[in-house]
Amino acid sequence: MTRDTRGLRRALLHLVLAVVAALYLSPLVYMVSTSFKTREGAGSTDPQWIPDPLTADAYREILNSADSPILTWFVNSLAAATGHAALVLVTAAPAAYALARLRFRGRNTIFTVVVATLFVPPVVLLIPNFLIVNELAWVDSLPAVIVPAAAGAFGVFFLRQFFLTLPGELEEAAELDGCNRWQIFTSVVLPLARPALVTLFLLSFLTNWNDFLWPIYVLLSPESLTLPAGLGNFQGANNIRYDLLMAGAVIASLPVIALYLVAQRWVIEGISRSGLKG
Amino acid sequence: MSLLTRQKSPSGAAEPAAPAGTARRMRWWTPYAFLAPYLTLFAVFMVLPIGFGFWTSLHEWDINLPAKPFVGLDNYADLFDPAGVDGGRFWTAMRATAIFTLFSVPLLIVLPLLVALLMNGRFRGRNLYRAVYFAPYVLGVAVVGFLWRFLLDGNIGLVNHYLGLDVQWTTDEPPVWVALVGVTVWWTLGLNAVIFLAGLQDIPRELHEAAMVDGASAWRRFLAVTLPGLRPVTVFVVNATILASANMFGQSYLITAGAPADRTKTAIYLIAETGLRQFDMGTASAMSFILAAFLMAASALVFGAFRDRSRR
Repeated sequence: MTRDTRGLRRALLHLVLAVVAALYLSPLVYMVSTSFKTREGAGSTDPQWIPDPLTADAYREILNSADSPILTWFVNSLAAATGHAALVLVTAAPAAYALARLRFRGRNTIFTVVVATLFVPPVVLLIPNFLIVNELAWVDSLPAVIVPAAAGAFGVFFLRQFFLTLPGELEEAAELDGCNRWQIFTSVVLPLARPALVTLFLLSFLTNWNDFLWPIYVLLSPESLTLPAGLGNFQGANNIRYDLLMAGAVIASLPVIALYLVAQRWVIEGISRSGLKG
Repeated sequence: MSLLTRQKSPSGAAEPAAPAGTARRMRWWTPYAFLAPYLTLFAVFMVLPIGFGFWTSLHEWDINLPAKPFVGLDNYADLFDPAGVDGGRFWTAMRATAIFTLFSVPLLIVLPLLVALLMNGRFRGRNLYRAVYFAPYVLGVAVVGFLWRFLLDGNIGLVNHYLGLDVQWTTDEPPVWVALVGVTVWWTLGLNAVIFLAGLQDIPRELHEAAMVDGASAWRRFLAVTLPGLRPVTVFVVNATILASANMFGQSYLITAGAPADRTKTAIYLIAETGLRQFDMGTASAMSFILAAFLMAASALVFGAFRDRSRR
């Protein structure tokens, strides 16, 4: 292949990728643009990419609305996602370490059973988990959206795979120095595992922040909803106010977009690798 | 956790057979203490509900009624009677799930693979493109659903405006299916693309170079090196995508609300409404086990199909 045709192909590749990328992001641009429109502007049949007039009224209205306490939802979502991600780390990391490194009776059985549940369609858990959460008196409160999903096997599986890749020498050295298992785990293994822990925290946070089906059924009163569940309430409205809805969507997207911009590489690599090392 | 930190190694006599290295100074219960917090969650919210859900499906179970009579397999029998009320609704919903899965999965395999192939080279801006295509996936379905309901609006939506059409994307069949599948492709294409891309990068360069030396064309190399190298990733992606598509809920809930006439109300949507709105939890549990049986059969088919091919 000559240098010229190679350059041409490269330019063509960039053209295709750039055009598709622009098209790909345009709905998000329009979402932000609409959130700065007036009620009439948002309902106009003429698409307007740059709002005229440009106004923050939609944000003002949705932030002050009594029926949709969006700031409360925001705080609930933040608490739920942080609490859930922390719970996943605190429970999955020691379990994964035991399954990766310690020898004990029943290890293979436990690991097999845990991994087998990765193949159980989560739909069978929906109704019984609602009943269990109801027994625990957690319906309509944050524990309902923080705790049950932390039983998923993904975190344990993901961290175990990572722990298996760590060289054992450091742990053996710490053992010779008289450290017990818990000390080895907290002071040697966890610091080495920081990349995997951060990735798992981010993935758990994102999943929980965006969760929709479970919170709309298990959270009921307006002040206990998470953001997606709160926005979901607009679904039945007769006259949808798209200026308000897009402002709400922008607010719901801000934290995950911010996380994504900061930690994009970790998120993508974590997700793209998580399925491969089975 | 103070119990754990205080432990001092015993003589080691308790585990005489323990090999040198990692398993030596450890009380027998230490591993179980490491596992206990997770296994508690696992038992209560994973193992218990599987059994409890099946138990529920054998009863006429309303959360608000004290009496929950045992009905054996009646809930299942009702669902397998397409002429009955529950059976009719259920198979309409299963049909919706099947249509969505059949149309979305091939697109969600082929298009991400193409994107991954385009991006599988070293060039400036590659990570930027990757980040852009992945971006919609970090948004939740609540955001994605409402955004597209707006864009697909029959009167004021951008889609009709720019395509010069007058289509009711959210209420008419078959356009609703185009809308639901299209939105899902936009939303999750990047996910499968980055997984394929990671898989492509795991294929050793030498294999491609060897094939090139042998004079294989680009297409031959794709068939003989790339596709076989991607097999494990493909099994994973196909399986995960089938499961994700068969569990589609938010798009239908937010964009079509099941319209027209519940024909886009998916199985999981019906299960949630039946069990958690109408509190007919026995029927809903039975539905979820039938759906789960279909999903596990689909997974088995996928694994079987890919295993056979690798033996040839």
